Amino acid sequence: MASPVPLKEKRLLDVRISELPSWVLMRDFTPMGIAGAFRRGYDRYYNKYVNVRKGSVAGLSMVLAAYVVFSYCLSYKELKHERLRKYH
Amino acid sequence: MNENLFTSFSTPTLMGLPIIIMIIAFPALLYPTSNRLISNRIRTLQQYLINLILKQMMAIHSPKGRTWSLMLMSLIIFIASTNLLGLLPHTFTPTTQLSINLGLAIPLWAGAVILGFRYKFKTSVSHFLPQGTPILLIPMLIIIETISLFIQPMALAVRLTANITAGHLLMHLIGAATLALFSISTSTALITFIILLLLTMLEFAVALIQAYVFTLLVSLYLHDNT
Repeated sequence: MASPVPLKEKRLLDVRISELPSWVLMRDFTPMGIAGAFRRGYDRYYNKYVNVRKGSVAGLSMVLAAYVVFSYCLSYKELKHERLRKYH
Repeated sequence: MNENLFTSFSTPTLMGLPIIIMIIAFPALLYPTSNRLISNRIRTLQQYLINLILKQMMAIHSPKGRTWSLMLMSLIIFIASTNLLGLLPHTFTPTTQLSINLGLAIPLWAGAVILGFRYKFKTSVSHFLPQGTPILLIPMLIIIETISLFIQPMALAVRLTANITAGHLLMHLIGAATLALFSISTSTALITFIILLLLTMLEFAVALIQAYVFTLLVSLYLHDNT
């Protein structure tokens, strides 16, 4: 189904599922592109939660909570052995 | 339990890639920059704290020593934030690794010493011999002073490593003890838990104090040599 907007410029939520693989392949995977993606993600989070008139502690604590979860995933292999099980 | 105790200090890897570079760079994300004079709350708070520390720390230096302000402020912010982030559960603290602390201590100490030897040679060499020593003691004292000079970077690095590692290890052990005692006798577990709470408060203080001590000593070495 041809849509009036070209595929490359659509945002993720506007892409149809059938078009998803070609959409993913069209994204910019060069180092500059990946750096740009990280920068855009950072700017989005910063402008929504931190750079506001009455920012709260939630802006910082969400980042720290995500960091804790990330570190948990990294150390899961060693933490697996500390469960209370009969057979590890 | 023996192996579990030290696995929290091993270098984190993700599918074989060392993530430690990302973990060291992570605190930089928490300090946003801006062109504006007055920014959001978190920036205002950070500016206030940094100004406070800066004025307190650089007051004793001459203008030549004050050129090191940026370096020393970055140092104290890095060490304080890595130590505080290490108090979150399951996180990895880079300052527990001796390699990183040596990498911080040796260049800074060497920079201060070389600066002193280059611009104020007589004053720097005269530090090797305190005033009013008996003549017979002079050779021994010079050797002792040289050793004490060369031990400064080692002491800086090992002090930071040992303090943070010991704190984390103690928290692990007491936490494991509390958990094990919980099924045996709940009141003892309660006492152990209170000990754990007190230790955590101590660790918060130690995290900040260690950063302060490290930076203060570097600035003292600088003051001697400028």
